Amino acid sequence: MTAKQKCTITAACALTLLAGAGTSAVAAINVVTSTEDLASIVQAVGGDKVTVESLARGYQDPHFVEAKPSFILKMHRADLLVAVGRELEIGWLPPLITQSRNSKIQPGAAGYLDASQTAKILDMPTGQVTRAMGDVHPQGNPHFWLDPDNGRRVAQAVQAKLSELSPGDAGYFAQQYAAFDRKLAEGEKRWKAAMAPYRGIKVVSYHRSWSNFADAFGLDVIGYVEPKPGIPPSPAHTLELQQDMKRQNVKIVMVEPYFDAKTPNAIGRETGAEVLVMLPSVGGVKEVTDYFQLFDYDINLLVNAIKKTGAR
Amino acid sequence: MRSCSLSRRVLQSAAAVLLSIGSAGTVFAQAAAPPPPPAVAEPPEARQLRDELARLRQEFEAIRDAYGSRLAALEAKLGTATAAPAAGGAVTVAALPALPPVPPPAPATPAPAAPAAVAEAAPLAPPSQGGGAAGSLPVYGNASALSKIFNPDMAVIGNFLGATGRNPIDAAPALEMHEAEVSLQAIVDPYARADFFLAASPDGLEIEEGFLTLTSLPGGLLAKVGKLKEQFGKVNTLHAHSLPWVDTPLVMKNLLGGEEGIKDSGISVSKLIPNSLLFLEATGEVYQGTAGPFQSHDRSNVSWLGRVRGYRDITEGTNLDVGTSFTSGHNDAGLDTRTRLFGVDATVRYRPLRRAVYRRFLGRTELVWSRRGQSAGDVSAFGMYASGEYQFAQRWFGGLRYDHSQRAAAASLTDKGPSLVLTYWPSEFSQIRGQYRHIRYAENATSNELLFQFLFAIGAHGAHVF
Repeated sequence: MTAKQKCTITAACALTLLAGAGTSAVAAINVVTSTEDLASIVQAVGGDKVTVESLARGYQDPHFVEAKPSFILKMHRADLLVAVGRELEIGWLPPLITQSRNSKIQPGAAGYLDASQTAKILDMPTGQVTRAMGDVHPQGNPHFWLDPDNGRRVAQAVQAKLSELSPGDAGYFAQQYAAFDRKLAEGEKRWKAAMAPYRGIKVVSYHRSWSNFADAFGLDVIGYVEPKPGIPPSPAHTLELQQDMKRQNVKIVMVEPYFDAKTPNAIGRETGAEVLVMLPSVGGVKEVTDYFQLFDYDINLLVNAIKKTGAR
Repeated sequence: MRSCSLSRRVLQSAAAVLLSIGSAGTVFAQAAAPPPPPAVAEPPEARQLRDELARLRQEFEAIRDAYGSRLAALEAKLGTATAAPAAGGAVTVAALPALPPVPPPAPATPAPAAPAAVAEAAPLAPPSQGGGAAGSLPVYGNASALSKIFNPDMAVIGNFLGATGRNPIDAAPALEMHEAEVSLQAIVDPYARADFFLAASPDGLEIEEGFLTLTSLPGGLLAKVGKLKEQFGKVNTLHAHSLPWVDTPLVMKNLLGGEEGIKDSGISVSKLIPNSLLFLEATGEVYQGTAGPFQSHDRSNVSWLGRVRGYRDITEGTNLDVGTSFTSGHNDAGLDTRTRLFGVDATVRYRPLRRAVYRRFLGRTELVWSRRGQSAGDVSAFGMYASGEYQFAQRWFGGLRYDHSQRAAAASLTDKGPSLVLTYWPSEFSQIRGQYRHIRYAENATSNELLFQFLFAIGAHGAHVF
């Protein structure tokens, strides 16, 4: 090895060390979330003190995500894992957590946050729960983030968790949360005002994803395209639904982007209803990049459709 | 592999009723609870909190009025329901409106899931329909009676097989309750989890797998201890119910010692090899040495296994998974003869994210080379299969497989043939499958069979690894 080579290597080592020291001084909390909605909220509260990555994409059915090894790598490096909970991710997240080789994010550890713990949960099953009901969630409806108030509650939990992981930045996270809360309050006022004239409007949705959304914005979901959660549409059920819709003059069918629009479109043709591809998550379309735009998009779509169909 | 999400937990009915009754009360108690001191006591924050508190008081009073009548009804209902003392004391206590306001007790969680977050967020959260904090730790928890909280997740998977047609060499029974697999899975402690799979079959009850997984080791290590399916290739690691066929490829029987493959008592350690290009995992295992093609004659006759697996996303919906495996152990041909197996496997998966519910493709091949020591000299044999499975509707899958395998003890004997598979899922929890199989056996005999299968699962079966 020549002296020049030695010199280069030494310099490179020194640089690496320096870079290492540099990053550790301002080390951001590395957060992995299961969905893009959670990622958006964590980003809003964590600001530049966190790096956030979501495993599932917003246009993907969060029930059926593949437990890819590339996710293991992301989770291996994470300081904090934020999950939706209520068994939404039960088909894919648990084996990833086990294989992450990361003791920080195991359930029960400090770096594991179940966002549903402080959220308002609807559709808690009562009485006997069996799979004769389809793919039921025995711990309640996991699509709770579609109520902005639950976004606030999740943000509070995230703020508390981030402050716990990085007590020195607690003040910063409190400020960030306050800003998020303010912006959310403004948004809520706007969205609720837009929906106020149509309070109690009857709609149909594909999957039971919209309970919290309906609760927050005054929709009355009278039926589902799926006969039972997770069970594909059947001709008999579709016929029954169409009759119900005609009887009750339902003019809106809300479909999640990852479901086949064939049956909803047929229902729309039969009943004269508008079929709306509503976004259940941030990232459902490219333009919707944060939690506020999610509601802007959905409410806008809904209000325009209601005006167009004249439904009441 | 299809990530089998036979998974949602079933609540005990009594607990569900009590929980739903309790949820209203829990909210009531939450609202009444004095707010804990704020984490950050900066002056503007303090003012904000005071305002918040005042607002909450108002809200609480409104809610108290609204809930007054409902609580009376709930109390009456509770009186009848307490005969079944199922749900946690936490919920029951909170449901009694006569008690002075108490902070809501922690929900019945098996592990402290972010109690700080719950405690701090609760007073700020405008209480409405609640139920939020009344659940349990969701991913693994069990929201049923207290006495059952620490019970493992349990499931039973039935595997019923049938066969018609002609097979002069290796005929399966016409109808057979082939296997009932009972799984018991839970977290052991903050450092480990345990998974048991007991298989009851016409041959008796056996431990299919039963192992401890140490999840909190340093250095990117993951260790398993117990009876394990050895990490040789892909099919050998899968349970019968997660295979895309009714049977297993011929190479399993001819070279890996039987349709069940190699599973043995041992220790497995795997490590992530960090790099910027791909997911790379190296696994080393040591076993008793008595399973599959191996036969241990002495305590020192353990079998060894090494595997390296690489995985890379090609696009968000397409990925490639490649592995090589090697294993070596003593065999039954003599006291000092060994069998060595070398395998290469490759899997390509396609599952478009937007249509993940309706479309997927999985192509897979495994090549296995066997070198078996016998008194007359080593026998080298080769076997392989190649298979493709395509989901063409939400509940429908079609598949193809081609088998070609020599036999470990006599490489001049080759069995080969194609299969056609059609699978229907009535739901995520049951599956009906038919398979046409043609095999040309080395004995110059051919078989033409129609195999069929009913698979059904009850309970909470944990998701499988990818």
